Amino acid sequence: MSEFPEQSSVLRMESVRKTFGGTVVLRDVDLEVAPHTVTALIGASGSGKSTLLRCANLLEEIDDGAIWLDGEEITDPRADQDAVRRRIGVVFQAYNLFPHMTVLENITLAPRRVHGVARAEAEERARELLERLGLGARAGEYPDRLSGGQQQRVAIVRALAVRPRLLLLDEITAALDPELVGEVLTVVRDLKDEGMTMVLATHEMGFAREVADQVCFLDGGVVLERGTAELVFGEPRQERTRRFLRRIVNAGRL
Amino acid sequence: MTVVKEESGQDDPGDIRDGHDAYVPSQRRIEREAYKRARARRATAIAALSTLGTGALLYLIVVNAPGWPRTRETFFDWGYAREAFPQVLEGLWLNVRLLLVCGAAVLVLGMLIAIARTLPGPVFFPVRALAAAYTDFFRGLPLIITLMIVVLGVPALRLQGVTVDPVLLGGTALTLTYSAYVAEVFRAGIESVHPSQRAAARSLGLTNRQALRHVVLPQAVRRQVPPLLNDLVSLQKDTGLVSIGGAVDAVRAADIIVGRSLNYTPYIVAGLVFVALTIPMTRFTDWVTARMDRRRAQGGTP
Repeated sequence: MSEFPEQSSVLRMESVRKTFGGTVVLRDVDLEVAPHTVTALIGASGSGKSTLLRCANLLEEIDDGAIWLDGEEITDPRADQDAVRRRIGVVFQAYNLFPHMTVLENITLAPRRVHGVARAEAEERARELLERLGLGARAGEYPDRLSGGQQQRVAIVRALAVRPRLLLLDEITAALDPELVGEVLTVVRDLKDEGMTMVLATHEMGFAREVADQVCFLDGGVVLERGTAELVFGEPRQERTRRFLRRIVNAGRL
Repeated sequence: MTVVKEESGQDDPGDIRDGHDAYVPSQRRIEREAYKRARARRATAIAALSTLGTGALLYLIVVNAPGWPRTRETFFDWGYAREAFPQVLEGLWLNVRLLLVCGAAVLVLGMLIAIARTLPGPVFFPVRALAAAYTDFFRGLPLIITLMIVVLGVPALRLQGVTVDPVLLGGTALTLTYSAYVAEVFRAGIESVHPSQRAAARSLGLTNRQALRHVVLPQAVRRQVPPLLNDLVSLQKDTGLVSIGGAVDAVRAADIIVGRSLNYTPYIVAGLVFVALTIPMTRFTDWVTARMDRRRAQGGTP
């Protein structure tokens, strides 16, 4: 176990263990995410993908192991959790927009209250991002008025507004109608081209294969197989991975 | 980053604006709407008839009751009503003032207690425990006993600089009891906001306090407007209880006339005055909540 984690990785996990009331959800998980790369977490529901992301953002406390963000151990109880979260953007499966705020207010809340950006400046950046994602006309609307795809794009803008070091995407297309999935994935693809470091849990295998630099297959809380997309999807070594992928192919999702 | 297609207005259901094209309502639509109109007219007629019938029936039952002439004399005497009305109104002014001051105090104190109960961390354990003890105690203690202890007990202590004014003391007692109720309403509201909202706020880097202030509380308060109003209406009626210390409110004013005349009409007057005060308050909150909902989901599914 190295005492000096490599400075080059944005996120690093070592032997992470997490249990929920006796059930082991993550077992000895190691993960390394290099700058400007995309890591896709795949696996069946309940395999621990979402929990892994929640642990990385300190929404869940891990039982054992350690997590580093930019070489700083964030699982140290003395670490400032709020400061850690300020550097990580999260997009949730259910969008989790604030229903009592307009789109613009949703996006400018964190820049203004957490990062002390002036209102005018925060709004300017928010409008600029909304414009780029084709939502310029929606700034004054309340989230309930938007379609699922629009809400999810607003959630992405909200996460991006504070210029995070790392973006965690938790099955962000799982709650969307098939015809709305594309518009959200386009945004993620563009973010990759811009060099954003991302970790995404996803059921969209085709998409994972296309954008991911690294694919991790989780099974029962263990990273069973990892490697480049070609390797994991093309020639999986583990029987379980093969079975999982076969089921996906049979379901017509790859 | 490429530009995703600009949104068109295509996702506006319910936006069937006639006149864009040469739309002519079909025979089917005309018939359908005529039928709906006829049915609506019929429903209104039935409702009116049924209301009239029920009213007439109730009237006949009351008027034909064996004791009606006597009851009318003692409860519905126009002369006493006219005599009592100005004095009841004068008393009501005290109720209104108490409602405004205590209502504001109750909302502030209730909110503080509710927040105190949800504070995380071991440092705040005594605060949480105190807040819990406060609500348990004052919610359980009958209001009339709280009032007696405060209004009659505190002056008996003969403390220097502490008021003996029954209105001030009565108002304090009301605030003590009602802030315990309202604290529970607020707490239920805070806990009803889905944890994912707090998770979203925290993952944006907001501190626990900022998440509470900007994300949780605004949603909690909006949701709790109807139960809060319920407590305020209840408080409005209970303001009359300060009369046990000698203050003259609307009910006590009626009481005085009844004691003199042995005619109960002033009670009816006082009762109606309270109802008249409550109805606009209810309508006002209904209007506020409806407006909030409309703003959030303009043109959404009804």
